[in-house]
Amino acid sequence: MTNNILLQLNNISVVYSDVIQVLKGVSLAVKKNHIVSLLGSNGAGKTTTLKAISGLLKPENGKVTEGSIVYDGMSIQNSAPETITRQGIIQVLEGRQPFKYLTIEENLRVGTATRWTRPYKKDIEMVYSYFPALVTRRKALAGYCSGGELQMLVMGRALMAHPRLLLLDEPSLGLAPLVVKEIFRIIKRINKEQETTIILVEQNANMALQIAHYGYVMENGKIVMEGKAKDLKENPDVKEFYLGVGAGGMARSYRDVKSYRRRKRWL
Amino acid sequence: MACKGANMEFFLQLLVNGLSVGLLYGLSALGFVMIFKSSSVLNFAHGELLTIGAFLFLVLVTWARLPIPFAFLITLIGCFTLGFIVERLFLRPLIGESLIYVIMLTVGLASMFKGLLLFVFGGNLHTYPDFLPEGLAIHFGAIYVPPVYVASSIIGIIFLLLFGLFFKYSPQGIYMRSVADNQTASLSLGVHVKKVFALSWAIAALVAGMSGIVLGIINGTNVHEISAIGLKVFPVVILGGLDSIGGAIIGGIIIGLLETFTGGYISPSLRDVIPYIVLVFILLVKPYGLFGLVEIERV
Ligand SMILES: Nc1ncnc2c1ncn2[C@@H]1O[C@H](COP(=O)(O)OP(=O)(O)OP(=O)(O)O)[C@@H](O)[C@H]1O
Ligand SMILES: [Mg+2]
Repeated sequence: MTNNILLQLNNISVVYSDVIQVLKGVSLAVKKNHIVSLLGSNGAGKTTTLKAISGLLKPENGKVTEGSIVYDGMSIQNSAPETITRQGIIQVLEGRQPFKYLTIEENLRVGTATRWTRPYKKDIEMVYSYFPALVTRRKALAGYCSGGELQMLVMGRALMAHPRLLLLDEPSLGLAPLVVKEIFRIIKRINKEQETTIILVEQNANMALQIAHYGYVMENGKIVMEGKAKDLKENPDVKEFYLGVGAGGMARSYRDVKSYRRRKRWL
Repeated sequence: MACKGANMEFFLQLLVNGLSVGLLYGLSALGFVMIFKSSSVLNFAHGELLTIGAFLFLVLVTWARLPIPFAFLITLIGCFTLGFIVERLFLRPLIGESLIYVIMLTVGLASMFKGLLLFVFGGNLHTYPDFLPEGLAIHFGAIYVPPVYVASSIIGIIFLLLFGLFFKYSPQGIYMRSVADNQTASLSLGVHVKKVFALSWAIAALVAGMSGIVLGIINGTNVHEISAIGLKVFPVVILGGLDSIGGAIIGGIIIGLLETFTGGYISPSLRDVIPYIVLVFILLVKPYGLFGLVEIERV
């Protein structure tokens, strides 16, 4: 049963600049080939959790001070990103972040950094099969592409590395509803066809829980709730705070005593 | 009439000299720009890298008496390796520290290298034996292009093409550009950012060393003089835009032309001043330099 688990966070704490504690004992487990969604409001620590996994805390002067991160049987907490990416963990950063002065195709080629001696043409074709919209823009500078194209680009760039574990940080941020739908459909396809395990951080809880197998909810640097995606979707707290559906059809109000109490229980 | 023809020839002569010297400035500035683009470090030891190249070549040619092409190749390899070592020993421990420390470190490196060179070679002028065949010279009517300018132009153009291809198509070249563009995103994809820093120092030292050799052939090698010429990299890159590789080349050519024309038409004593005056005027109009990247603001 346990060898079914690809990634496990055991009670990790993360501190920035030696003083700012952001994660306070986060534990979660990600099964192979699953999509696991990580929900939570702004500043809850979702991005920090992903960076702890991918090793990108280091350049920001952050550190896992307690607990362990076990990936495929190895402890990887505080390893360098160059090492972690070569184990097959690739993070797609929040806010897209293309290489603006590189063309779409050059951007994709950077995705081969973990295995640069091997040919890349086939991988580019594979990426285009998921994101056909990129084909016509292949020679364009990424700096001049639309938000939707860029989201496809940064996801495609990550796919070039053939990740076993893909960390997606708010892929739907700032995109039109139709594009969001398309992106989520592709995430699901990647998960199925490439057998890529995915951790999906989202504000759009509704969409995320539709494609996820399992979900976690974070508040203030802690996991406050977890469960199967379809159970979470039915959970009244999640409904109220993340799906924007007020309990009993009433307009949601944070001043409402009941929801206030519910919120408190999570902290 | 005859006078007019002579004028024209003089002009063309200056043009050719200016272009080939300028190309050299541009190439050496390319190394400087690469370091700046990948790691935001201004390398104040740039002039010393040129000097090291020039003197390494001197040692190999006059003391070790190696054949010229061999000495040239070994100098380039030596400079490339030196760049790697400098990054490894001095720069890498400072990654993550405030940039001002790193820049001060390069100032320190500059005095260290200069001191060592002066210690070994003294402040005198040394010259290479005359080895470029006179056949390399170009006679075009009354225009005479000395062999050294022909050679430096050929070498310059070859290197330019090689670097162009390297940055445009090779994986390492693309990774280097990606790091210059967005370091965090490069890290997230597994680019070895430290290796990219090391490689940019190595390439910078290599092109600087090559420029040093050619300058040594033109003017002879003198520690003070070559390291001072190396400092011309500042007007060149400021003119071209600190972060533009193409701009470095064009900035170099412009400075080279300004210098030779000033020297030829106005006064040789002004040749080192006029470029800076023009520079100030250009910067008044275009503060990012002629080719400085204007941030793409769409995203
Ligand atoms: N480099 C840093 N140094 C200090 N504090 C940081 C740093 N990065 C993030 N934080 C703090 O950590 C907390 C969690 O940030 P994080 O980015 O992980 O939240 P998030 O859940 O991803 O939020 P959002 O939904 O807004 O992206 C915030 O309070 C933030 O201010
Ligand atoms: Mg975030």
